[in-house]
Formats: sequence, structure tokens, C-alpha cells
Amino acid sequence: MPEITEKLRKITNDPTLSPAQKAHYLAVEAENMLPYPELDADVQEALDDRIICDMFEGHAPYKPRYVLPDYSIVLKNGSDYLELPVPQNLDEAINTLMIAYHHVPSVTGMPVYLGDLDNLLLPFCDGVSDDALRQKIRLFWRYLDRTLPDAFMHANIGPSDNRVARAILEIDAELGQVAPNLTFLYDPDTSTEDILRLATDNILKCSKPHIANHPVHKATFDDRGYGIVSCYNALPVAGGSSTLTRINLKAVAELSDSESHFLNEVLPRYMDMNFRLTETRISYLFDQSGFFDSFLVSEKWIDRDRFTAMYGIYAMAEAVNILQDKAALEGRYGFDDKANDLGLRISKMLSEAVEARPLKNAWQGRAMLHSQAGLSDDIEATPGIRIPYGTEPDPVSHVQALAPQHQYYPSGVSEILTIDETVKNNPEALYQLCKGALASGFREFTANVSSNDLVRVTGYMIRLSDVQKFNDQKGSRTNTTGLGAEAADLMGILDRKPRVVGHELSPGYT
Amino acid sequence: MNSPLATLNKILTCSFVDGPGNRLVLFFQGCNLACSACHNPYTIGICDHCGDCVPACDPGALTLQSNKVIFNPALCDQCDACLTICPISASPMTTQFSVDDILALIRIHKPFLGGITVSGGEATMQADFVKDLFTAIKSAPDLSDLTCFIDSNGMLDIAGWQNLLPVTDGVMLDIKAFAMDLQKELTGHDTSAAQNIARVLLKAGKLYEIRYLLIPGKTDNTAELDQLVAFIQSLGLDTKVRLNAFQHHGVRGLALDQDIMPKEGVDAVVELLADAGIHNVTTPAIYQ
Repeated sequence: MPEITEKLRKITNDPTLSPAQKAHYLAVEAENMLPYPELDADVQEALDDRIICDMFEGHAPYKPRYVLPDYSIVLKNGSDYLELPVPQNLDEAINTLMIAYHHVPSVTGMPVYLGDLDNLLLPFCDGVSDDALRQKIRLFWRYLDRTLPDAFMHANIGPSDNRVARAILEIDAELGQVAPNLTFLYDPDTSTEDILRLATDNILKCSKPHIANHPVHKATFDDRGYGIVSCYNALPVAGGSSTLTRINLKAVAELSDSESHFLNEVLPRYMDMNFRLTETRISYLFDQSGFFDSFLVSEKWIDRDRFTAMYGIYAMAEAVNILQDKAALEGRYGFDDKANDLGLRISKMLSEAVEARPLKNAWQGRAMLHSQAGLSDDIEATPGIRIPYGTEPDPVSHVQALAPQHQYYPSGVSEILTIDETVKNNPEALYQLCKGALASGFREFTANVSSNDLVRVTGYMIRLSDVQKFNDQKGSRTNTTGLGAEAADLMGILDRKPRVVGHELSPGYT
Repeated sequence: MNSPLATLNKILTCSFVDGPGNRLVLFFQGCNLACSACHNPYTIGICDHCGDCVPACDPGALTLQSNKVIFNPALCDQCDACLTICPISASPMTTQFSVDDILALIRIHKPFLGGITVSGGEATMQADFVKDLFTAIKSAPDLSDLTCFIDSNGMLDIAGWQNLLPVTDGVMLDIKAFAMDLQKELTGHDTSAAQNIARVLLKAGKLYEIRYLLIPGKTDNTAELDQLVAFIQSLGLDTKVRLNAFQHHGVRGLALDQDIMPKEGVDAVVELLADAGIHNVTTPAIYQ
């Protein structure tokens, strides 16, 4: 016990944390004082060695990792549990959402999904002037950033071109806040070129929004639809994901003699163990935690059958390069066709194995493969299927090297293109890159333009100036700045040429 | 069609600074000026196969065969020792391309492109190839939406431009200087014909941008800037003007003793132009 009490004391006395941030870390530590749900010895060993990983989600899963409520339900019905009447106008609708968010958990304790806001709010906008709409959105946005300061929190807009989506883009660029994060769903058949231009122009101002490939995502999900949350995760609406586990492909490659040994023996063994880890965590959530007794289920905001399990992989680049070395081949991942083809064979094998494995208490009875962005303490392991930091080719070559991979990752690919600042004089170029990337099969277009103060450190945003302040021991109001600071120190992101590291989540106090 | 081949120094498949949108850029080898402030001086000369560069090439990518310098890109480690030693500002690392070669390359990158730009060197010195290439792009149904731009010093004669303009969408034209002695000092030539070419391009609706390189103590003095203002005013106040700032990267020799142009100096010129009603001005995104 002395070790843990010392850590708890350090948290309570940490001058850089707010009381709410302390309460969160204390809760994480308390949960992790419980014994882990029972794992067999092989899985336990692989987990201890971090060849497979539970993202440090905690020892007692009492809430799903990501919850994506269907907010149209509370806007249509109000809520008995929350004693909310049916909203009658835009103020009441926004107020209802503001209250709703505080009852939607996630792995960070804050909501990750704010809804498809334009579609939710449009029915309330008749008779509201554009100026009034902008002012209401401005206050809404300020509220979100100040009370739910987590940049994993994600709003969706599109694919149609409508006045709410336009107002949100305008205000988002005007305020330049870390939260909320934002995705525009682009569909060449539905969206106008004009609104896509507005969106890509916004990227130049504040590195937001992400642009999602709506036709590709739509075909992956069903009629109830999907949402984009956190780090480019595409998940069923009215559900979400129970858990995210992941395999360190680099570690698996190190244990393999050759490509065939990797694909036929070692990787299947660790995939099976990662499935068993996933099953154990889902089983606790569904059978022991009581989460699904919540009003969220009885009032139909969510449906227990609509939670998938994200099956993550990372360090593809290192895995491919290690296997290339073992075959005495020089080609590097991201640059050499043969190395890229090996990466594709690995992704295809992963995809087929995930498709083939039935999973209890998972949406459509299967997990969903995910190219996972990373944790802030991953070292020498490149996020997901990305090309290693600082070595990326030009953005077009980058997209062309990775586009064939995207078909295998239905729950999302964490990918960021770094664009040099000269694009600021030529916004049309960013628009064309975006269209080209989506037409090439990218599920998501995410870009960082180098001189922005707001920078993506994977799916979340940080302010570079906040990182500086945090490191000066002043603490930060937004939760993700701590993660960015940790990533910045470990990975040297601020020293590199414009670059983003892939670190979705720093799960506990360090 | 029996097209000529282009001698290219480099191809960029992704550029944000060579015209509107994302562009594929062909850098032609050879220029009819010899600007002291050139940022890629190794594109000026045409290799005369003197062979001086061959012994300088450590990886053995350059060899002399039948009195010709032969370049093997597979062995090149991009040390650029050959460029440093070349007595005529040429490069042995050029490659010849046919129109079909370039079309095939464009097709690979088409989903990302707004168009293509020919630059250099001076692309119009290989005008036959440029015309064939642009004509082929315009007549290919899958490529005809790409725009075709030329980055030029304006030294091609009017007849030459009239030949190219029907298949050209826009021209980015360098104006080097106005005073004759300064033109000669900076470029080795009389470049005043470029001002007339600007008017020809404007009349044809093909003048995309005037480019003017600010060099401290040279092209930023009051007399020069007054003439720049008058010249732009004569073209029209909406004319797109791109101010470049002299920096040290890429340049050689005496130009390295020349002061670089700071952002404050560029901003002052922007203000001067704005006072004269010239408002469509682009400045460098980065100074380094």
C-alpha cells in the first residue's frame, strides 16, 4: 500500500492539476486497485509484456470506452429521467444537449460524441436569423470548451450544405478553441464544393475539421448511421465501442523468423490472445458492471446491441521493416512498393481474421479492425499504419502509399498529413489534396499546417503555447494538453519539422 | 506525332507555389538569362559534356562514354558535387522525357492536381515540347480539366507567345528590374521586353501573376519601386502581384554576400503598393 498512497498523495498535491483533474486521476487509481478480470496465464503474460494492450482502460470496465448516443431521441422526446421537456426552440434544444452531454460517459469520463449537430439543430432554426444563429453557436462552443475541456470530444456536421454547418465552421475558425473537435462528413453527391472549400479553408486557420469520406463510412454501417469521435474512430450511432485493445505489430515481428512465420503462426497466436482480452473486458462490462441498466438504454439513447469492439493494431511500419530486414530486403515501409505490399498482406490477414471471429455482445457479432494512433508513452512504435515521424514523403506520395490500406480498417485509420505553410497562400491546393485523398480511398482527410498554434497530436488538438505553459508548471485548463506535453517531451514533436505524434490517450497519472 | 523530347532537371508531383492549386511542375534545364540571384543556378546551363564532373562523382553515377557524360540515377546519392564543380552552371543529372512519359506521370497524380506548370530554367526555350504537351493535355478527355501554366522570364518573342497561348491557361511572369543598368547587373541581359510581353499576355487574358524579386539595395530602391507601381497600374489595379524576398538558400557566389530581404522590408513594399491602389499582392509564407 505505501506505494499507492504515495501516488495518491502526489495527485492530491499536484499544483498543476485542477480539483476536477485530481478527482479523475484519483478515480482511475482507485479502479486499478481492484483485481483485473480474470485472464489466463498466456494473455496475462502478453499483456504484461505489452505485446497486446488494453489501452490502460482500467481494471473494472464500468462504462464503454466510447458512447455515441442518438441525441435526436432526447430532442424529440425529452427525458423522464432527467426531467427534461421536449424542446420547442433553438435555445431549448441547445440547452437540452448541454445537459445531455453531462450524462454520457466515456473512457475519459467526458463525452466523446456531441452528435450530428447540424442535422439535430436544423429543425429548430426556422425564424432564427443568421446573426442570432451564429451568436447561439458561439456561446454553445464557448460552453463546450470551458466546461468539457477534452479534445477527444467530437462534433459532426454534413454531408449536406446547410446554415447550421456553415455557422459552426465560421465560429469554430473564429474562436480557434481546442474543444470541441470537429468532423465534416463529405459526400460528393450531397455536399457542395463550396462547403468543402469552407472546411478546407478552416484547416488553414485552425487545423480543424477532419473531413470524413461519407460514402465509404456509410457503406460500412447500417441505416441508423455512424459518428466520428475521438481519433478518427467511426462507430455505430446509438451505440459505440465497448473497448479498444491493440496489438503491437513491432513486438510480434520481433518474435517472428520470417513473413510466413509472422503471418501463419506468431500473429495468429497474439490475435487470439487479444481477442480473449477483449472478450474478458466486454464480459465484465455487460455481465457485471450494470452499465446497461442506465436510463440511456431505457430511454433508447443507446442500444446494448450497437456496441462494437475496436480491434486495434499499431507499429505497422516497424513490423514491415523488421520483416524486410529478416528477408534481407532493403525497401522501407512507405517508400518501397514491395514493403508496402507486405504491409497490405498483413492488413488483409488481420482483416480476415477479425471478420472470421464471432464475438459475443458486439454489434453484428464481430469486432472492427482499427489503425490505432498510440499512447503518449509509446516509444519507437509508429501509430497505426502510419509512416514513421519525420520521414514522410510529400503529401501526395504519402496518400498514394497508404490509400490501399484504408479498406481494411472499418472503425477508422488514424492518419495525419503534414502540410507546409506555403499552402496558406494557396488554399485551393489543400482543397485538391483533400479531394484527391478521399477519391483515392482515404477514409478520413486530416491535415496539420505547420505554423498553426493549434496542432493535432493525433485525434486531439493542443495549443503549442499551452504545452509551453504546462511545461513551465502552470498547468492547463484542457485535459489533453498534459498528454501533448508528455508526447512532446518523449517524442520531441516540437523540435521536429512540422509533425504530429500519434498519441490518443494517456490513461493515468504519470 | 513525332514530338521533341524535353530535357528536364526535375519533376515535382506536389507543389503549392507554382500557380493555383496543387500542381505538377516540370523544371526545364537551360535558361537564356544568368541571374546572379538565381535560387536554382544549376538549371541555367546546358551540359556540354566537358567531363569535369565525372571525377567529382564519388558514387560513380557519372561516367564518360564516347565523349558524353552519362548519368545513372540508381547510383546517385544526391551529394550535388557535380553541380558545384560545373563551370557553366549546368547539371549532368538531367533526364529526357517524351510527351507520353509526362502524360503517364500526370495520370498517376491526376486526382490530386489542379494542373501542371512548366518552369525551369526557362521552359519557353523548349517551346515546341511545351506546346505539344499542353495540346495533348487539352485534347485528352481525362486530363482536359487540368490547367496549363508557364512560369517565365518573358524573353520569348511575341510570335513565340502567340504560338503557345492558345493552349496555355496562365503565365507567371518575372519582372527583374526597371533601370537598364540594374537589369544588366542582375541578369546579364536587357530584359525590358518582358514588360511588353506582360501586356500581350494581359490582352490575351493569360497573365496570371507578375513576380518581382525584392533584393535589398537593388530592386527595392525608390526609383525601382516607383516604376513597379506605374507598371502595375498600367496593367490594372487588380493585377496579381507576387513579391518574393531574396534569401540565401540555393544561391551561389557573390550573391551570398548580398543581404537577404527581411519580412519588414516586404511588408513596407506591400504598404506602398496598397497606397497606390494595388491590392492583389501575395508575400512569402516563410522567410528562411
